[in-house]
Amino acid sequence: MNAFLAIVRRDLSLALRQGSDATMALMFFVIVVTLFPLGVGPEPGVLERISAGIVWVAALLAAMLSLDRMFQSDYDDGTLELMLLAPAPLELLVLGKCLAHWLTTGLPMLLIAPLLGLFMNMQADAFPVLLATMALGTPVLSLLGGIGAALVLGARRAGALVALLVLPLTIPLLIFGVSAIEAAVTGQSSKAQLLIIGAMLLATLPLAPWATAAALRQAVS
Amino acid sequence: MHDFGDHRFEGKAVRCRRGGRLVFDRLDFELASGGVLILRGPNGSGKSSLLRVMASLVRPEAGNMLWDGAPVRDDPAAHAARLHYVGHSDAAKPAMTAEELLTFWRGMRGGTGCPVGEALERFGIAHRADFPARYLSSGQKRRLALARLLVSEAPLWILDEPTVGLDADGVGSLEQAIAAHRARGGMIVAATHIRFETGDAVAELDLSAFAPGPADLDAAGDLFAAAV
Repeated sequence: MNAFLAIVRRDLSLALRQGSDATMALMFFVIVVTLFPLGVGPEPGVLERISAGIVWVAALLAAMLSLDRMFQSDYDDGTLELMLLAPAPLELLVLGKCLAHWLTTGLPMLLIAPLLGLFMNMQADAFPVLLATMALGTPVLSLLGGIGAALVLGARRAGALVALLVLPLTIPLLIFGVSAIEAAVTGQSSKAQLLIIGAMLLATLPLAPWATAAALRQAVS
Repeated sequence: MHDFGDHRFEGKAVRCRRGGRLVFDRLDFELASGGVLILRGPNGSGKSSLLRVMASLVRPEAGNMLWDGAPVRDDPAAHAARLHYVGHSDAAKPAMTAEELLTFWRGMRGGTGCPVGEALERFGIAHRADFPARYLSSGQKRRLALARLLVSEAPLWILDEPTVGLDADGVGSLEQAIAAHRARGGMIVAATHIRFETGDAVAELDLSAFAPGPADLDAAGDLFAAAV
């Protein structure tokens, strides 16, 4: 448990000191969403219709942007092989890195999402559901992203490759995230969709670190 | 009786293949508490590969490694907990200070060794404790990597070219750390071209003796021909 806390603390302090990685994803998220009113025109009806999809797609793309660095610098400077040799299970350390990644990218995106919803003329009664889908969905992104980030270690153009690997896996998340928000807008219950996203989180929580750890062992040997 | 207890670490008929090339074959080694094993051999003879195999970072293609007679691969986590590996890279995060890095590794490995300040002192970089690693020289980074050996306890030290970048004073600190570790019953395996004082009862292993001979290469050729 000490090792888990040590790695979360270290990754958070590194993210604070070299802020660029984390703020880049957030800025990308904001900019992509603000481009849409300019691109499709300021028609409130149109923007409102596409708002849930745009916010979610932009969140997926922004998360991809931050993934390739997740293990790369540890891999480059030799920290990763020492982590493999730490007494704590590698899966636990991976979980710590995913938590730190979520705290520095997923959480800020979650907090700014209602503002972006406002830009897109999203109905106010959809905001709680938007927040709920993001709160359940962004940790899934960090966990799935970890698998991709570990698989592309050492590859050229890792950033593009990780997006190609991970984005298809996020399709269910996108479908249920958007459909939950649309259900809320039309006055229906979005409980079913939220439960499914919650189930995705519960499934990836143990499985993704396990797959990531296997990929990391492969990358180092 | 030693602090770490009496242990044996041995390898039997270890074979390693890297990138499709047979690096060494039928290699045996053994090491007991308090012992030192120095790996020799020209560049490319597989010293680093053997150290990575010993650290269980790389799986041997064939053969066995035993700790007190029990196969290492049966319990990789226990093996990882009893060894320290200092490889070519110093694992120094540019944005973290020397003290933070050691505190991190101490936390990661359970913090059973000497305090961080004392480890920095013993490797002569206490005056740089608050410096981000980005501003440390390569010799200072190496001292920092070696100071990691002291902040948590592990009976087996696996050192890959530990003296690279060190000045005479740094080598002296390393020699002292090695002597203290041996006195407590620790074991050391090191690959090095530079002779440094490791005390008496030092075993040497020349890896060129285990390089695949012409017969092995012919066999590989036959295998290749059969596959084609």
